[in-house]
Amino acid sequence: MCLAVPGKIVEISDDGMVRMAKLDFGGIQKQVCLAYLPDAVVGDYAIVHVGFAISRIDEASAQETLRHFRELGLLEEELGEIPDDEYAPPPPCPVTYQ
Amino acid sequence: MKYLTEFRDGAIAQKLAAEIRQMTTRHWAIMEVCGGQTHSIMRNGIDQLLPSEIELIHGPGCPVCVTPLEMIDKALAIAALPNVIFCSFGDMLRVPGSDRDLFRVKSEGGDVRVVYSPLDAVQLAVQHPTKQVVFFGIGFETTAPANAMAVHLAKKQGLTNFSMLVSHVLVPPAIDAIMRSPTNRVQAFLAAGHVNSVMGFWQYPPLASQHRVPIVITGFEPLDVLEGIRRCVRQLEAGEHEVENAYERVVTFDGNRAAQALLEEVFAESDRAWRGIGVIPRSGWKLSDAYADYDAENRFDVSDIHTHESPECRSGEVLQGAIKPTDCPAFGKQCTPRTPFGATMVSSEGACAAYFNYGRVVQLERVRVRVHA
Repeated sequence: MCLAVPGKIVEISDDGMVRMAKLDFGGIQKQVCLAYLPDAVVGDYAIVHVGFAISRIDEASAQETLRHFRELGLLEEELGEIPDDEYAPPPPCPVTYQ
Repeated sequence: MKYLTEFRDGAIAQKLAAEIRQMTTRHWAIMEVCGGQTHSIMRNGIDQLLPSEIELIHGPGCPVCVTPLEMIDKALAIAALPNVIFCSFGDMLRVPGSDRDLFRVKSEGGDVRVVYSPLDAVQLAVQHPTKQVVFFGIGFETTAPANAMAVHLAKKQGLTNFSMLVSHVLVPPAIDAIMRSPTNRVQAFLAAGHVNSVMGFWQYPPLASQHRVPIVITGFEPLDVLEGIRRCVRQLEAGEHEVENAYERVVTFDGNRAAQALLEEVFAESDRAWRGIGVIPRSGWKLSDAYADYDAENRFDVSDIHTHESPECRSGEVLQGAIKPTDCPAFGKQCTPRTPFGATMVSSEGACAAYFNYGRVVQLERVRVRVHA
């Protein structure tokens, strides 16, 4: 719920109501609200939570975190790319610690 | 630590763990406030890298887990109404209310939709002018700016068919309440990095000095968590109680001032009930008077819904760090992620689910395997 995914700003738009941007998250692109990062420009990396950019981050850190999320299989889940009916707990871990 | 490129490096993790072992001279209890960090600790086996003297207490920082049953029941009542499109983040759908969950309401014909962003719910209100669109606005300070903007934009567009069921909770009052509890065992805190990316950490020094407790802000990657623990232990061993920022690549002292400005406009402080814990004074946000028209609790009559928690679920004690998930007699037996008694087993960020999913289970369930001939 409080995880946040870093993405790269590829396009900025303003619909007259609020500043929006298209961000790229290692291949997945999404529209994100940019209202809270008013100085951000195309090419910047930002941390995104529930569709809002909340803080800047440097490129090296962003790429590494994205790679980590992908390894863990969390990227689609965090970006809301999972259909409604697929929300289910993960299977139990087969390893036990005695 | 400057670059994340070294991050999943096992050698660095071992080195940090060795440093922690070296400086630890006695038992210390450290609470990670955030459920995301609990998840990371269990998934990566960080608890098993640490010396036995370091005890990690899993805090109440999972918004899904602490949303009171009464609020879930109100959500269910609103979602079941005809003419309502009820929108929520996905992880709220399986949280059991008194007698069902949002999935059940959906399967019985309620229009319940998972959205990625609260702005999607505002969009739905624009597209369906004859329907009432309600968004379930839960979460800590990380999620609040998104929810605040949704209400703000709905008002700006003059939408009369959008409202929000708000149950926001805040980290600093929770830390304060935990430290004031007569049964408190927490001696240091790992603070939740993404909450601080929004709020900064200007609220934290008074807490650290008043309660003489070290607070270290950190992130979610295994090495972030280990570095946070290392700094906590260093302070505890030295008798210090400072606020430290171990997540400098994301968090600044001031935080995001633009977000804080809108939060102040849209929300007002209020007492909040935390599931399993009870009411903590001034520990949450409700909609401010200027936005009261957008409060779903005012728009729909749900004031007569009062619910009490199930006595068999001990999630309250888990959320306060009084017991470990495995101390509960139902854990892994009657209570599993597929048959959850309470919220700490429903949400993947809940301590019980983290223990269950990452193998802190003494006995494996018997699993039937279908063999394909």
